[in-house]
Amino acid sequence: MQYTIKNARLLDGSVVDVVIKDGTITEIGNSLNVGEVVNADKNLLIPGLVDLHTHLREPGREDSETVATGSMAAAKGGFTAISAMANTFPVADTAGVVEQVFRLGQEAGYCDVFPIGAVTQGLKGEALAELGAMANSKARVRMFSDDGKCVSDPLLMRRALEYVKTFNGIIAQHAQDPALTVGSQMNEGVVSSKLGLTGWPAVAEEAIIARDILLAEHVGSRLHICHLTTAGGVDLLRFAKSRGISVTAEVTPHHLLLTDDLVANYDPVFKVNPPLRTEKDVVALRAGLADGTIDIVGTDHAPHPTEDKDCEWQSAAFGMVGLETALSVVVKSMIETKLMSWSDLVERMSIAPARIAGYSNHGRDIAVGAPANLTIIDTSSNWIVDRNRLASKSKNTPFQAMSLPARVLHTFFNGNLVLKDSELVRGGSN
Amino acid sequence: MNRHLLSINDLSPQDALGILNTASELSKISDGPMKKLPTLRGRTIVNLFFEDSTRTRISFESAAKRLSADVINFSAKGSSVSKGESLKDTAQTLQAMGADAVVIRHGASGAAQRLADSGWISASVINAGDGTHEHPTQALLDAYTIRSKFPQYQESFAGLKIGIVGDILHSRVARSNVLLLTKLGAKVTLVAPPTLIPVGVTDWDVDVSYDLDDVVKKVDVLMMLRVQSERMKDSFFPSEREYSRGYGLDIARLNALQEHAIVMHPGPMNRGLEISAESADSHRSVVLAQVANGVLVRMAVLYQLLGGAALTGEVSA
Repeated sequence: MQYTIKNARLLDGSVVDVVIKDGTITEIGNSLNVGEVVNADKNLLIPGLVDLHTHLREPGREDSETVATGSMAAAKGGFTAISAMANTFPVADTAGVVEQVFRLGQEAGYCDVFPIGAVTQGLKGEALAELGAMANSKARVRMFSDDGKCVSDPLLMRRALEYVKTFNGIIAQHAQDPALTVGSQMNEGVVSSKLGLTGWPAVAEEAIIARDILLAEHVGSRLHICHLTTAGGVDLLRFAKSRGISVTAEVTPHHLLLTDDLVANYDPVFKVNPPLRTEKDVVALRAGLADGTIDIVGTDHAPHPTEDKDCEWQSAAFGMVGLETALSVVVKSMIETKLMSWSDLVERMSIAPARIAGYSNHGRDIAVGAPANLTIIDTSSNWIVDRNRLASKSKNTPFQAMSLPARVLHTFFNGNLVLKDSELVRGGSN
Repeated sequence: MNRHLLSINDLSPQDALGILNTASELSKISDGPMKKLPTLRGRTIVNLFFEDSTRTRISFESAAKRLSADVINFSAKGSSVSKGESLKDTAQTLQAMGADAVVIRHGASGAAQRLADSGWISASVINAGDGTHEHPTQALLDAYTIRSKFPQYQESFAGLKIGIVGDILHSRVARSNVLLLTKLGAKVTLVAPPTLIPVGVTDWDVDVSYDLDDVVKKVDVLMMLRVQSERMKDSFFPSEREYSRGYGLDIARLNALQEHAIVMHPGPMNRGLEISAESADSHRSVVLAQVANGVLVRMAVLYQLLGGAALTGEVSA
């Protein structure tokens, strides 16, 4: 399949035509007309977004999301690569499960789905999973995480960090001290005290970050901190980077925009782990993302069926869907506030995540010879979030009815147009 | 006033005083020969109790019956709830049976608000205790009891000093009382070991003390909270005895109270833990008055939420 993207605006402001053939950018210039023409109308062409933190629920909870529906949500959100977290049923702790998820992603054809392997067998935090077997599988897993649960045993965490060095792997830690968060329901502070909900204190996150930074330094391994949420955590990351420790960190879009006072009416759509924090934390997270202390944005897209949110707070599941709103929420929190440029956004949402996880076909400069994983953004219009129009199987968005900036118009995955005029192209690339 | 009573925050000081005044009017009727009013005849009130609480349920049931409402008691034990039925389905089932008001006791904080806000049902919702959040009718009956003991504080509690002692962190009674008593103008001091004080207390309009001996000398009202011995297992305090020595109302502290001071407890009491038998049975204790007043205050709440004719008119009817 051949395409010409006409009148694409690049980050430097220049307007060009881009020819795509067999999955690769073959020509960049003016007055080009080869194959199917997609007129970008001077909208912004950037490398496709890359998410290192996605819950796709397949195998096991296909009622809330499948690899296919999650991939469709990704394409609508401008993502060309997503990373399926390991907390499925069965857990992605063997070569068999990660290969299945990888294959389902290929079959869906809307984006690359790179499985993240579990660190410990069954996410139980007791014994290492077969990390080498997953690394050597067809899925070529490099990132490992027990996300949803913390690898809280310090010795096991040390071993995992050391072990993955043989294949340049990275451990992504869900930083949550379990003993400090028994029964926790929301951020511990002024709001939790009023609402009578058991608190999830910032120190439960920061204590694990501090420990793991020191472990990573000691054994010289790569550490990634999932979904940072606290001002103290940003300070710890800053300290680690000043010491030259090989640590990277992510922040979710929702933690850049929402605060814990939204819990006041007990609507479980705002229930998420780690929890929404305070205004002070949001300010620190934004500053950390702007100055590069926080390397990337990760969605922590966490679909849940209606019944798991249509109940009392305490019984509700933790999590929010995020793939289809991520870009817009980051634009609202970081670009409209003048904290970041569009180039910074591309670095944090495409280039850096691809680099951290080693997704060599993604996050590439728009140049001849580069893989055609691209997305085109209308940076000047707003849209209203309507949960019933999400491609995700689940509707648990905290941004319902919110007006958000920037619309994803077109997405090319592997040289194929998978999203056209903000609508999915039926059947993806295949 | 709102259609629901979920939190003391739903009430203005005038709303709260209105309920207390209505309760006063109702007490005059209760003292008379005709204890039952026809106000809520034909209305159905459901007591939806997901937690065991015989005292609160009986109090609401008695209040509803004295207003001639039909009462359905629904307790979670032995019902479809224990078979995994959701709060939503249970509530909608009761709605389909024609409930005009649902009195809900639930172990999850915010359960009453979810029931009111979610659009699942259209009935009025009355919070009879939700998790560790609030228990607004308890605070109202406590305020009513205080008012009946201190005739000079009828329209405002300004100048009144109240100590609340015990497991503030897990107490819905404490949360509702802090909100209501400060709203009415009282000066509230919380007394507990630091482990049982919420971290967000800095935002509350109260003083915090760790020294009960100091506080007993100064207060007009001393409210003792029930302390569950399970808290000991989670290391909120080292032992029952150490808790009792530091934060229990023993005879020495009872004697250190001012002449006019009263002792309150929402019940059920742990005699010998947070309150000694002498204190519980002393002339200062208003524990039984609290129970009696609970019925009156709950009658007043039902009356105001479900709307009867003007009360004075009915008294003469």
